[in-house]
Amino acid sequence: MLQTTNLTKTFATGTTLRFPDWTVAAGEQWLLLGESGSGKTTLLHMLGGLLRPASGSVVVNGADLYALPARALDRFRGRHIGIVFQQPHLIRSLTVEENLAIAQTFAGVGKDPLRIREVLDALDMELLRRSYPQELSQGQAQRVGIARALVNRPALLLADEPTSSLDNRNAEAVIRLLSELAVTQSATLVISTHDDRVKDAFFKNFMFELSHERISDQLEKS
Amino acid sequence: MNAFRISWKNLKANPLTLVLNLLLVAFGTGMLAMLLLGVSQVGDRLRDNARGVDLVVGAKGSPLQLILSSIYFIDFPTGNISEDEARLLTANPMVKKAVPLALGDNYAGFRIVGTDTGYVGLHSLELAAGHFWTKAFEIVIGAEVAEAQNLKAGDRIYGSHGLSSEEDIHDDHAYTVVGVLKKRGNVADNLVLTGLESIWEMHGAGGQREITSMLLQYRSRMAMVTLPAMINRSTNMQAASPAKESGRLFALIGVGVDAVRWFAVALMLLAGVSIFVSLYNSLRQRVYDLAVMRVMGASRGVMLGMILLEGTLLTTFGSLAGILLGHGALHAIGYWQHSPQARLDGLVFLPEEGWLLVAGLLIGLVAALLPAIQAYRTDISETMSKI
Repeated sequence: MLQTTNLTKTFATGTTLRFPDWTVAAGEQWLLLGESGSGKTTLLHMLGGLLRPASGSVVVNGADLYALPARALDRFRGRHIGIVFQQPHLIRSLTVEENLAIAQTFAGVGKDPLRIREVLDALDMELLRRSYPQELSQGQAQRVGIARALVNRPALLLADEPTSSLDNRNAEAVIRLLSELAVTQSATLVISTHDDRVKDAFFKNFMFELSHERISDQLEKS
Repeated sequence: MNAFRISWKNLKANPLTLVLNLLLVAFGTGMLAMLLLGVSQVGDRLRDNARGVDLVVGAKGSPLQLILSSIYFIDFPTGNISEDEARLLTANPMVKKAVPLALGDNYAGFRIVGTDTGYVGLHSLELAAGHFWTKAFEIVIGAEVAEAQNLKAGDRIYGSHGLSSEEDIHDDHAYTVVGVLKKRGNVADNLVLTGLESIWEMHGAGGQREITSMLLQYRSRMAMVTLPAMINRSTNMQAASPAKESGRLFALIGVGVDAVRWFAVALMLLAGVSIFVSLYNSLRQRVYDLAVMRVMGASRGVMLGMILLEGTLLTTFGSLAGILLGHGALHAIGYWQHSPQARLDGLVFLPEEGWLLVAGLLIGLVAALLPAIQAYRTDISETMSKI
């Protein structure tokens, strides 16, 4: 389902980061662990088709992401990969419902208001569908971010430090939610984190550690 | 959610900026639309009133004044000429048609014009009611005169001496309205027409009969060169060409029109700069929006198009509003203005106004170009890892 081979990334300073090969089967749930600055975000962005590696390949659902033409990659990402970020980054000028609707528009899957209701319902956000992002609490906004990642029924759901800005109770709830939703929506799940709370709450025992290839904080900033 | 709605909602997210930019575009376009319409309509009306008249012959003085008084009935006449002398011109083989005019009196501010049936033919005037004058002191009135003074055939009125005052009333002779003209949309609507005899009898002219001016139509283009020169040199009358004099008048007004036009163009450019700054600033707040849209599957091209669309939507709406504003303002001016010679009408649309829309569209495109390129270049991974 997900296969990386010989991935490397060269930074502006000239340092090259090598990532170990990684194979994930369909329906599996993985934690991507590592200290901050170990390249988790870099790897996750490569998996999500957001960052072109210096060499190597990422194959998702049989498609070699970086062999695709730019527009085809954009479309593939929209249709088959859902990404949850640390901050939900909802579009402020659009309502909750519209934030999900543009995900359908940009992925080119056509309007499907029923699916939007369904996903919002699954996240208990149905009643707030006409609210604007600034009217939501942080936890609610994060749920909308998750709903947006799921609305196009992605095969692969990636989450980048989804708990870092949440308190203990919310952090656990979000992880449980991601895990349950990945099962019900039949998506393969990869969560990147350095958060011990996540490690403890996570029940599937697939972990991919990056700790041995640490790069300095300075590098991460550059 | 289509592209238009997304762009529109983005614009609406900053209502004050939106209103400011719309106003700037609308005022610039509005002024240009008003100038375009105003100049074209004034020109049309002036040409229409002068149609069929190649030359005006009158007393010596300012040629512009002669044209203004005898064709547009605005200024005072230059003086009188002898009827006999003027009639000599009628016999000239180069003259196809000659229409005498005798001015000097008014009725409630409307000019009383002594003439013959030639004037009726010149403007193809038609009657709405009654008949044309056959005897002295019978008058035919223009549509606006009838409307403003509530007159109909059979009514009797008294004229006053001069061109605008109502003080020196000729109360020894009453005029009888025998006909009302159909509305023509030109100067004839505001005239009181009568025979030359009425004017002469009213002023007790004996043997020496005088008229104010004579409108001439050439038989051939040849006359254009020789006839005015001949009149100016060998008679004590002057000849003035309406085309030449209104050209001169327009050149004078043109300086003012040009100044306003450049001001409007500057306003449009300013609107362009303002739109550029607004888009550029809003983009800095919206880097995450753009990156997230890319994550959701939008291509770089879509980002470029979205920002260009925002710029052009803004200027297109602005120009449309501006054109309506221009028409509205012109119509208001036309409604309250007191120069029926060239009444302005805001309900007429010109094909040239399409160019104003095109210009608006282009300004929007140019203003949005740099921000759009910046949006095109947004790096998703870099933006999203900045948190």
